[in-house]
This record gives sequence, structure tokens and C-alpha cells, in this order.
Amino acid sequence: MSKAIELSLATFAALLALFMAAGAEDAVYEFHAYLFFIVAVLTAFWLIGRETATDDLDSYMDGPVRLGVLATVFWGVVGFLVGVVAAAQLAWPDLNIEPWFNFGRIRPLHTSAVVFAFGGNALLCTSFYVVQRTCRARLFGGDLAWFVFWGYQTFIVLAATGYLLGNSQSKEYAEPEWYIDLWLTIVWVAYLLVFLGTILKRKEPHIYVANWFYLSFIVTVAMLHVVNALAIPVSLTGSKSYSLFSGVQDALTQWWYGHNAVGFFLTAGFLGMMYYFVPKQAERPVYSYRLSIVHFWSLIFLYIWAGPHHLHYTALPDWAQTLGMVFSVMLWMPSWGGMINGLMTLSGAWDKIRTDPIIRMMVMALAFYGMSTFEGPMMSIKSVNALSHYTDWTIGHVHSGALGWVGMISFGAVYFLVPRLYGRPRLYSLRMVNWHFWLATLGIAVYAGVMWVSGIMQGLMWREYDPEGFLVYSFAETVDAMHPFYVARMLAGLLYLSGGLVMVYNVAMTVLGRERAEQPIAAVSTQPA
Amino acid sequence: MTYDSLRQAADSWGLLYMLIIFLGVVAYTFRPGGRKSADDAATIPLKED
Repeated sequence: MSKAIELSLATFAALLALFMAAGAEDAVYEFHAYLFFIVAVLTAFWLIGRETATDDLDSYMDGPVRLGVLATVFWGVVGFLVGVVAAAQLAWPDLNIEPWFNFGRIRPLHTSAVVFAFGGNALLCTSFYVVQRTCRARLFGGDLAWFVFWGYQTFIVLAATGYLLGNSQSKEYAEPEWYIDLWLTIVWVAYLLVFLGTILKRKEPHIYVANWFYLSFIVTVAMLHVVNALAIPVSLTGSKSYSLFSGVQDALTQWWYGHNAVGFFLTAGFLGMMYYFVPKQAERPVYSYRLSIVHFWSLIFLYIWAGPHHLHYTALPDWAQTLGMVFSVMLWMPSWGGMINGLMTLSGAWDKIRTDPIIRMMVMALAFYGMSTFEGPMMSIKSVNALSHYTDWTIGHVHSGALGWVGMISFGAVYFLVPRLYGRPRLYSLRMVNWHFWLATLGIAVYAGVMWVSGIMQGLMWREYDPEGFLVYSFAETVDAMHPFYVARMLAGLLYLSGGLVMVYNVAMTVLGRERAEQPIAAVSTQPA
Repeated sequence: MTYDSLRQAADSWGLLYMLIIFLGVVAYTFRPGGRKSADDAATIPLKED
């Protein structure tokens, strides 16, 4: 696109934002309109002041990837920190500081920060990196990739500030109000154009499997987001809107969205990451490419039906609940096929787990992928769900997937990318990667373990009847019993957060070009025992 | 188009359509000579940087 068109688009956006601010009916809407105005004006100035492109148009476009890795690290630590705050609020309710820092506002801030800001940026930057390398083509669309990156950061800031100021659509993992949803849709369509355009102009005849996973993530998230966010705003100059759905249809749409956000955002996208970075770091091709194709197709064919397992024993028709359960149980097979495929990529190079902390991180990610995709189908079985649903067990399950699988594979990709993107011979410190690995692993282990105990205890206390048929425990008694576990959970979160801080230091030093003088890890003993 | 007609289409022809595509993909993956092209594709990330 020519500079003139880009500039007029930015000016138009700035003017539109001014009009929105002028007519705003509530404070959040007005604040967001001014925020959007500032972003548009900054974009316009950047376009004016920019020198003519000196980029070699035959080389890969790594600018957005370079910033994307830093954004991943930044939002990751923010998200972990907010998680620790939320955990502390559950343990000590006095920490609810009204009105901005109530648990009700902190919780969506935490989930969105880790899933969409940390995970989303990790997916954005790795997908841009991987699609160029495996297609041997520069990103399609020129500045469009920059628009996707900054547009997505704008979405994150709009959503996060909206939560703290009290805005919510009341849909889990889809809390932003209608105008933020519209903005995300525009950004996401641009993302799809960049990704698909790059695939279309590829020089490599075959589309590598990682791109299939990334593409399914982009396409499916577009569909999920648009359908679940269908809403009628009360007015075009106010932030409040009402969902198009109501009752059980609303619940099913929400969990069709919610579970596939797990399936396609947190699983398929990160599997794309796995299928590129594990072979790269291990320096050997994936164990079975044909298994990866079967993994892909069976995963996407099954996942889309699993959502109803979030609505067991509700007003949802029984057949739909059973359908959700059956598809969830079937999902176990492709998930474990993929895990085995990733792990076996290391066959013949198992020593790397001992000598390479980045490989160790990736292997731990795969182990947690396997564990949580075993636990998930089990919890979707109705009789198990009767005990586990609404308890902390679910929270533990989500975190073993999110901290273990999504977090670890992203950290591995970050450590792989930073030296390469910034032209450094190596990371600042491999030993600090090892520290990060152990802090994170210990954090997850404590977190999942504590939530199992507390969740199962909670479930058992809720269903405990005396011989006369009365409930033995009041709800407040179950809350009281969970206090020590809540404290332990917060400490586990602190461990994970401190691992993240080690990463921040390591990445910053690497970007600055420092190298820590340290004993290489492989030097311990290379002799076979 | 009612709920019932949609539902009937989904659990008859729709189901068959999905099943055939899936089986087709799997059969294509394991076709004779499929191993060779799969092994070639697996080396794509390792070719260069």
C-alpha cells in the first residue's frame, strides 16, 4: 500500500476516534476513544517521519518478530504478576482494593493477559518467523504485518484498561465490549491476509505442517470470535452491548467458543510452534511427518465438538452433553499421537535433555501437553465431572496446560529466537535458562498438586450428606478449608513469576549483546557412564 | 430452513461428508510413495535459516 493511502487511513481513524470521544455517553468509552486517537495520531506521525524503506525486500521481514518476542516476554511477566495478585486476593480477601482492583476485574485481566497478550504475541511472532522460513518467502502485504502487531497491542491495552474500569461483556475469555471486538476482527483479518498471502507466494512447494496448525488457529479463532461476540450495542457512542444469544443457546455458544479457544488458540497454534522449534533445536526432522498430518486432521475434526463438556448437568440437552464428552475422550488419541511425535523427535539425541536446557524446556512442555490432554478427557466424563466441576481441580487442570504446555513451549521458542533475531552468537546465559526451567517446573508442580488436593476436597465436601440426607458442610466451611491451599497456590505462582523474571534479565542482556562468562553445561561429562 | 432440517442434514450428509474427507486425508497420507514425500517435507525447517 502506498504511503498516501496509509496516511489517509490513519487520519481517518484519528478523526473517527475524535467524533467517538465527542459523543461518548460513558467514561470508559470516552477514555478508549482518546486512547485510540493517540494511537492513530502516533501512527500518522510515524508514517510521515519514516524514511523510505531501506529494507532488502528479498530478505525476510523480521521487524515485527523482533518486537513480538519482547512483547511476549513483557506481557508474560505482567500476566504472571496479575495472576499472583489474583491468587493472593483469594487467600486474603482484604486485598480486593475497590473498585479498580477487585477480583472480578483482576481475574479477566489475568486470563486475557496470559492467554491473549502473552500467548497471542508468542503465536503472532513465531507464526511470522516460521511461515517465512518454511515457505522461503518474505511476509506478504508489506506494512500490514506492522499493522497486525501494533493493532494487536492496541487491542490488548483497550481490553485491559476496559476491565479495570469496569467494562465487561460477561463472557469468559471474551470479556471486551463490542467496539474492541470489532477492532480485533479488523486486526485478525489483516493477520489472516498476511499469513495466507505468504503461504500463497511460497517458493517451497510443500506447505510445512507447522503452517497448517498456525492457519487452522487463525481461521478458527476468527470464526469463534465473530460468532461468540455477536451483540447489539445499546448505542454507537456507548460501551454497553447485549449478546445476540440468551439462555442455554448463549451458554453453548460461549463454551463452543471457550473450549475451542483452548483447542485452537492454546493447542493448535502452539503445536505449530512445536512442529518447527523442536526439530530446529534438536537439529533433526520430526519423528514421523505422516503422524503429524494425521495429528493435525484428527485434532481439528474432533476438537470443535468438545465444548459442551463445560455444561454437564445443566439445561443443555443430554445428547449434546454426551456428544461433548465422547468427542473429548476421543481427543486423547490425536493429542498423545502429537506428544509422542514431538518426544520421539529426540530419539537418538536423548542426551540433549541433559546438555541443552532449551530442549529440556520443550520436552517438559510436551510432557505437560500429554498430562493435561489425558486429564482433560478424563474430567469431561460425566461421572468424573460431577466431582470436579466448579472446583479448583479445573483451575489446576487449566494451569498445567497453560503454565506447563503453553508457557514452556513459548519460553523455548523465545530462547531459540532472541539470539538469532538480534544477531548474537548465543544467549547471555544458558545456565539462567536452566534456572528458569526449574523455577517454572517447581511452580507448576506445586500449583497442580495443591489444586488437585484442594479441588477434590472441595468437591467431596460439597457432596457430603449425613444419614438424614442433609448436607454436612455449609459453603463457607468449604471456603475456609481451602485457605492453606490458596496460600500455597500463590507461592507456586511466585515461583513461576520469578522464573519469568530470570527470563526477562536473560533476554534483555542477550539483546544488549552481553555474554555471561560461565561453564558450559555440556562440560560436566561427555563420557558415557 | 428449520432447526430440524438443519439437524437432519448435519447428522446424515454432513457427517458422511466430514467422514469421507477425513478418511480421504488419511488414505492420501499413507498412499504408496507417501513416505518418501513425507520424509522430504520433514526436512523443510532444517534446510536453511
